[in-house]
Amino acid sequence: MNIMSEVLEKIYRGIIIMEMTFYGYKRPDGKVGVRNNVLILPASVCASDTTRIIASQVKGCVTFNNQNGCSQVPPDQEFTMDVMAGFAANPNIYGTVVVSLGCENCQMSLVVEAIKSRTNKPIETVIIQEEGGTLKAIEKGVRLAKNLTQEASMLKREEFPISELIVGTECGGSDPTSGLAANPLVGELSDRLVKLGATSILSETTEFIGAEHILAKRAKNKEISDRIYEIVHRYEKSIQMVGVDVRDGNPSPGNKAGGITTLEEKSLGCIHKGGHNTINAVYDYAKPVVEKGLVIMDTPGNDPSSVAGMVAGGAQIIVFTTGRGTPTGNPISPVIKITGNRMTYKNMEVNTDFDASPVIYGPEKISDLADKLLQMVIDTANGKLTKAEALGYIEIGIMRACNYV
Amino acid sequence: MRYKERRYFTVVNAILIDDKDNVVSVIEQVLKGDDVIFETKNGKAITIKALEDIPIYHKIAVRDIVEGSYIIKYGEHIGVAATDIKTGMHVHEHNVRSVRENL
Repeated sequence: MNIMSEVLEKIYRGIIIMEMTFYGYKRPDGKVGVRNNVLILPASVCASDTTRIIASQVKGCVTFNNQNGCSQVPPDQEFTMDVMAGFAANPNIYGTVVVSLGCENCQMSLVVEAIKSRTNKPIETVIIQEEGGTLKAIEKGVRLAKNLTQEASMLKREEFPISELIVGTECGGSDPTSGLAANPLVGELSDRLVKLGATSILSETTEFIGAEHILAKRAKNKEISDRIYEIVHRYEKSIQMVGVDVRDGNPSPGNKAGGITTLEEKSLGCIHKGGHNTINAVYDYAKPVVEKGLVIMDTPGNDPSSVAGMVAGGAQIIVFTTGRGTPTGNPISPVIKITGNRMTYKNMEVNTDFDASPVIYGPEKISDLADKLLQMVIDTANGKLTKAEALGYIEIGIMRACNYV
Repeated sequence: MRYKERRYFTVVNAILIDDKDNVVSVIEQVLKGDDVIFETKNGKAITIKALEDIPIYHKIAVRDIVEGSYIIKYGEHIGVAATDIKTGMHVHEHNVRSVRENL
């Protein structure tokens, strides 16, 4: 290719990129969703079976198994409250039916207040003990859910700029190809999203350890830089409470056999998902993400818990890299899974959306693959189901600081 | 050659992540004496000779690294050379020290 055509090619790409849009659902709070479901929200573990039954009766509902919501120390209860409120506020949700038992710590009034502090979308409530048991609660819940999904079905998708998207990045079941192919590819995707005015979230504080000084150097200002050190140190301290040093045995023998020499190298492979941009903000777990560009959220390395934190923060789409392959999904936001391991792609193709192994083995270049991946993100935003969605994977976890009381 | 099927335009068996890096990761088992070929970011192919066996996904030095200087991957420091490392040598625990900041 001569220089002229190369320049033209870049301009052409630039124009295409600047005009990129997706079709989403406008919410009354001004945000834009890529799905249009009704959330049947269990306020505690004691309401989770009831929400499962309600959601199974009504088309267009999503729910999940909430293991928490009661018997938790205040910091843990705050994590749970933020995940519940954030899920309800996530723009992929049309409206919410909150179901509580009645006597749990996460009282209905608290949950409703937390949701209302984040969004003005429809909320309905069912309290099992007040309704008079399972059957009455389910009947009320089903009626409310049916009304909401019928209302939701009237909405039409409209065209919005990509800058309305918040994309969360995550890695799980990593292997040596993660740091060589899938994570650098997601880094390229992050760079493209940021250039288009969207938001990319870098997560998993455990995987910043050893590379925190490198992330801190990329912070927008001193305050953000200090916050990066703060979340890493806080994380290490919380693990030390049970007498464990996160840095011990890291990299693991398996990591070393796979060619990883130092913790810095391992963490650099992980943080590559965030790309090369300035870090504009650091959010605590499951707090609302408002800044554009590249931001960090303090989440654990545990995949479903980390994904839940970003979804509660407002991420409409998750991009998930894996070495070994995983079926994981999320009830609220589509999870796009990517592997750089071509054996895994063959072995777990039913669960894996994108084959990043050409980053290693060619013939495509990483920049071409990143364009393809961006297109997959847009297709997903437009409504195409991810493999995890099509197969019905909805597990979640919620970050925890300590034991139940 | 064992790896001739790999790419149709260049035969590579190692990946350079950032042009600043002084190591590359091999993408197949490399034996002592093998050529290790990788591409720079602007598509130039570079060949070095492996001075020892390198397991798949492990690192090989693409420049001479003197004792005490940084090992660079992802364009960042991942450790310090514990001994002099010659171009073509295996770079791993046996010749790298972690330089984690004491934070």
